[in-house]
Amino acid sequence: MKKMNKITRNNLITYLMVIGIYIVAQVLVMTGSISSLLKGLLVPLCAYVILAVSLNLTVGILGELSLGHAGFMCVGAFTSAFFSKCMVEVIPTAGVRYFLALLIGAVCAGICGILIGIPVLRLKGDYLAIVTLAFGEIIKNVVNILFIGKDSAGFHFSTKDSLSLGLEEGGKIIINGPQGITGTPKDSTFTVGVILILITLFIVQNLIYSRSGRAIMAIRDNRIAAESIGINITKYKLMAFSISAALAGVAGVIYAHNLATLTAQPKNFGYNMSIMILVFVVLGGIGNIRGSILAAIVLTLLPELLRGLNDYRMLIYAVVLIIMMLFNWSPKAVEWREKYTAKLRSSRKKNTKEAA
Amino acid sequence: MSFVSYLINGISLGSVYAIIALGYTMVYGIAKMLNFAHGDVIMIGAYVVLLAVTGAGMPPVVAVLIAVVFCTILGVAIERIAYRPLRNASSSLAVLITAIGVSYLLQNVALLIFGANTKSFTSVVSVPAIKLADGQLTISGETIVTIISCIVIMVGLTLFIRKTKAGQAMRAVSEDKGAAQLMGINVNATIALTFAIGSALAAVAGALLCSAYPTLTPYTGAMPGIKAFVAAVFGGIGSIPGAMIGGILLGVIEIFGKAYISSQIADAIVFGVLIVVLIVKPTGIFGKNIQEKV
Repeated sequence: MKKMNKITRNNLITYLMVIGIYIVAQVLVMTGSISSLLKGLLVPLCAYVILAVSLNLTVGILGELSLGHAGFMCVGAFTSAFFSKCMVEVIPTAGVRYFLALLIGAVCAGICGILIGIPVLRLKGDYLAIVTLAFGEIIKNVVNILFIGKDSAGFHFSTKDSLSLGLEEGGKIIINGPQGITGTPKDSTFTVGVILILITLFIVQNLIYSRSGRAIMAIRDNRIAAESIGINITKYKLMAFSISAALAGVAGVIYAHNLATLTAQPKNFGYNMSIMILVFVVLGGIGNIRGSILAAIVLTLLPELLRGLNDYRMLIYAVVLIIMMLFNWSPKAVEWREKYTAKLRSSRKKNTKEAA
Repeated sequence: MSFVSYLINGISLGSVYAIIALGYTMVYGIAKMLNFAHGDVIMIGAYVVLLAVTGAGMPPVVAVLIAVVFCTILGVAIERIAYRPLRNASSSLAVLITAIGVSYLLQNVALLIFGANTKSFTSVVSVPAIKLADGQLTISGETIVTIISCIVIMVGLTLFIRKTKAGQAMRAVSEDKGAAQLMGINVNATIALTFAIGSALAAVAGALLCSAYPTLTPYTGAMPGIKAFVAAVFGGIGSIPGAMIGGILLGVIEIFGKAYISSQIADAIVFGVLIVVLIVKPTGIFGKNIQEKV
């Protein structure tokens, strides 16, 4: 066998890890040794893993903080659910319909990413966090006042209520404001979710180790130095940000096609969701793709396995964020860790010398 | 007449935003960090007032003073425990994420202590309402007190920063931390003082906000906090008059949006303003253009 280089091997380990977890989960499902509650979590879990990986692209590789990741997910979820519901009779094959829905969700979320990215990515750091947060709230508000219906005359829009749509007899309401979309075909399965995770990993990992990825990381490490050697900052930032948004849209598609009723609530598409994804990224290690996957799996399953923990889940998330940051980034903690590891290393050297 | 009363309501809400935005803008100007937890300090302040008034039966003025003291201590403690260790961190992301963590922590601690139920808040203001134009236009006591306290706080803060030694130290630290330290300024103490003032203002804002909108949940502070940040950006972050003007304009925009367009979309309009401001004039109304040093 030809010797692989380090990057390929590293990527391969990640793919194999996902496939391994998939096989284990499938075996558990087949043998019926997991509860139906956990089985119901498998598809959302795929969405969370994709969200965590895509947010890690923004936070870890681009070095900017996005707090509106749930907003992009919301865009993907609603556009694709809208498409699927309209096309359920036109395209009866679930596979083709779902594939098109995925494309639509990803493209719409990606476009939103570009629209938000253009004004903000020219600015520095903290603004992106607050604008993406604002964007997430805007999306949630807009979806909640949107009423769309369809009859023989075509589509009807309203921002007031379902009565003011003025539908003919037999027309049906597709998006019903705060009640959202009901009756989206349940096209998402665990297997499809895992395949999408693998595709996401393929996109993200290839991006990171490409020429563009190195440019993005150069911008993260020193913006001014990167600019001075001719890297187009806005272009690369926008590239990473919109890819990340599009992948969040894919997660939204998976999420939407697993639910009977899709509504935009603070719980699923609000600030809390964005924070949850951020916790996955931070706990798994900023910039560490494999860590994000594991953290998403552990933090989703743990509260379900330990029921008593559920009340304190949010509190634990908050503490995780603070402690991880203090431990990893505080200059004193870094100094202490370096000293400790140096001591450890020197004592180990001494031991081997003595042994010799 | 309805236009004028909307305008007055907008100015009243805007004054609350302005008081919150002052806290934001001072901390941002001096510590160069976005204190996400500021909005949640407001919520804690409001709960302290509520407990002191309904639980212990204290007069409202004393309750507000207790809340101010409590929030000041809380603000300084947050700075000491969560933010100071990261002040010289190599990644600016670290401070931002910690601040989000603190915000989330405060919300969830409040959720565990007080529960998710909405608590009704009794107004701490006992000033009677004024009727104008033959009773067609009523200005509530809360509005009067809010606007007056906003003006008093702004004037007081401006004088404090211009005239006192501590204010001078603050300006020096915001200009250049390292140089300020060489001149013998205690940077840590100055930043702690900034957090103390900001959090004290947050407590006042919490009492005023909940007097005008008499409900209280653990999430009460989050939205006004974010909107106040929008106001601070709008006026030019780091600038005290900017925070005032930005806050009041934002309050007026929000109330007009609610009245004339749709009450559900008002938040979206406020955030739309932020995006437009960032495109058109990223430094805000009173902001200065800072050249980046290489």
